Amino acid sequence: MSQTPLIQILFLSVGLFFIGMYGLFTRRNVITILMSIELILNSVNINFIAFNKYVYPHQLEGLFFTIFIITIAAAEAAVTIAIIINLFRSHHSVDIEDANELKW
Amino acid sequence: MNEYYVALIPGLPLASFVLLGIFGRKYLKEFSGTIGTLALLVSCVLSLLVAKSYFFDAEKINGAYQSIVLMNHTWLSFTPNISIQIGAMIDPISVMMLVVVTFVSLMVHIFSLEYMKGEERFATYYAFLGLFTFSMLGLVLSSNIFQIYMFWELVGVSSFLLIGYYYEKPSAVAASKKAFIVTRFADLGFLIGILILSFHAETLDFKLLIAKLTNLQSPEYLSITTGSFLGVSALTWGLCLIFMGGAGKSAMFPLHIWLPDAMEGPTPVSALIHAATMVVAGVFLVARLFPIFSNTEAALHLVGYVGIISSMFAAIIACTQTDIKRVLAFSTMSQIGYMMFSLSMAKYGGENGLGYLASMFHLFTHAFFKSLMFLGAGVIIHFVHNNDMSAMGGLRKYLPVTNITFLIGCLAISGIPPFAGFFSKEEILTACFHENKTMYWLALITSGVTAFYMFRLYFSIFWNKEAHVHGDHHHEAGWAMKLPLILLAICSIGAGLVPFGQFVSSDGLVLPTHVDLGFSALPVTLAVIGIAIAWMLYKNENSKSSAVAASLGGLYTAIYKKFYIDELYIFVTKKILFNLVGRPAAWIDTNIINGTVNLTASVTASISETIKGIQSGRLQQYLLYFFGGVATLALIFIYLIK
Repeated sequence: MSQTPLIQILFLSVGLFFIGMYGLFTRRNVITILMSIELILNSVNINFIAFNKYVYPHQLEGLFFTIFIITIAAAEAAVTIAIIINLFRSHHSVDIEDANELKW
Repeated sequence: MNEYYVALIPGLPLASFVLLGIFGRKYLKEFSGTIGTLALLVSCVLSLLVAKSYFFDAEKINGAYQSIVLMNHTWLSFTPNISIQIGAMIDPISVMMLVVVTFVSLMVHIFSLEYMKGEERFATYYAFLGLFTFSMLGLVLSSNIFQIYMFWELVGVSSFLLIGYYYEKPSAVAASKKAFIVTRFADLGFLIGILILSFHAETLDFKLLIAKLTNLQSPEYLSITTGSFLGVSALTWGLCLIFMGGAGKSAMFPLHIWLPDAMEGPTPVSALIHAATMVVAGVFLVARLFPIFSNTEAALHLVGYVGIISSMFAAIIACTQTDIKRVLAFSTMSQIGYMMFSLSMAKYGGENGLGYLASMFHLFTHAFFKSLMFLGAGVIIHFVHNNDMSAMGGLRKYLPVTNITFLIGCLAISGIPPFAGFFSKEEILTACFHENKTMYWLALITSGVTAFYMFRLYFSIFWNKEAHVHGDHHHEAGWAMKLPLILLAICSIGAGLVPFGQFVSSDGLVLPTHVDLGFSALPVTLAVIGIAIAWMLYKNENSKSSAVAASLGGLYTAIYKKFYIDELYIFVTKKILFNLVGRPAAWIDTNIINGTVNLTASVTASISETIKGIQSGRLQQYLLYFFGGVATLALIFIYLIK
């Protein structure tokens, strides 16, 4: 079984990153924005794993970092969902455009 | 003489002020009068002890009383040469003033126990009295000219506070403001005078100042007499400006306008501050610097002219006023004028110093009989609830003690023997007679007018028409009010018999005083004539007095309006100063100064208005900025910083 070349994995990662970026800037639904952030994080994870595997196969730092990021992402998701629930309670909406009171 | 005694004399009233000022209203309301009075009683006894030990036990050198400086500390030292000391100077006039101030203040404290009873701010009143007494005692004890200036301002403040005691009354507020502004304006002159004298003499200490500026060969004397401005030497300028301060405080023409209005304060305060003690501070100041004044002809002439003009001017106005306290205020001004011109009739030392002695003697006797009359007026106002003469008349049946004591006061001020005023006025007239005949005749006429207006007051209050006393208070005041009247009446009789020349004279040597019957005949006759005219016009209710007033016509109105001096001041300040100085200054303030500040504010506001859109509250816009920033930084790190 031949190995998938690194460049293809990086294409996947870049694709995921920009899909996430696009969602982050264009979606109005807060939950979709949260999902976009998860996509961005996962593209970074893929990068870490790929470079670890292809460039420094005898080390495990990339793997550790990935696990670390997954943990943080889980915590972040919990906090974000709590925020979204509160936002919904106060605004009766999860549209980001409706939560714009904090301005000049 | 124990110096702690001397420190306690002003210290006790100060302690009473601090105690009553902090705790009085809440905790000591009932006892504040007692506390203040007891403190003053001890002060008064100590003053008498100091006077006894100074005049009878202390050592004299060549028969002259020495001036002793106690407790001399350096308070502020700026450079080795310039420092300000604080000390207590004991010499004949300061000891005499200690006795007068503490005694009159004690009488006023006792009198107020009843007069001010039930006032809401009773404790505050006693606190202010304590402050005033402390400042006045500090003033007379001052050992240097800067210290006297500080206490001078302190008495001004306490006078302001006490005139404005009834601060709900707009007239009292206006009067206190007027008194403060007028005296403060005069004190500006005083300050400049102090600076001129101390600049040339290089000292602030009275003893050194006098020693340097009376020694005609000293370099300081030469420097101050050669320096001149507008053709007048610096010494004369300095003394005239210092006298300006004295004239303001002593209500001399033309700075007298505050004194009649100051009668808005409680009557015992008028007795203490605006009759017996504070207003003679100007006389005291001139007396304190007398050796320098006596060498400076021009300054002494100014003192004399201002004194005689004030004296006659006030006596004439007093004949027309109907508010009894205002009559007394003008008579105070007139008597202080006497003291002033009497000082100008003196030379330093020996027989020629008679005017100085006479002035101090008159200050001493005047304090007693004038505070007596003011306190009597207090009883009358308490009884009638009105200040105006027209509301009074026939009160002798209701106020027998006040009647007798007030009569004694009137006889004393008119110069009828053997009352106190006779002796002191006699010395003044003798001094004038030897020095300047014109002054003598003017003083003589004023003394006749004085007798007339005082008895006009007396007859209008106690005789004239029948009293219409309503209500249930047909009794005179209680003992707290009668006792001071009786004690002061005794002093008004006895003070003239004090051999004053034994104690106070210009050079500290004994100068015997004597009464010459032949010389006394004329002034006494004039006084009796004055009294007789008052008797004719005012003893019974009749139309003679108004007929006389009508025959004088416009002149009478002018006198009644106090020669329009107040209106003149109002014209100068409101029409000229306000329009030519005040309004342009206000224009600059509102337009230029405020404009600059407002411009800064509006520029800031408009800039923020234009850029505030950045902070839109839209999360995704912020994200865009964030990524934009990150991308820019990344480009910088990659391509610019290698």
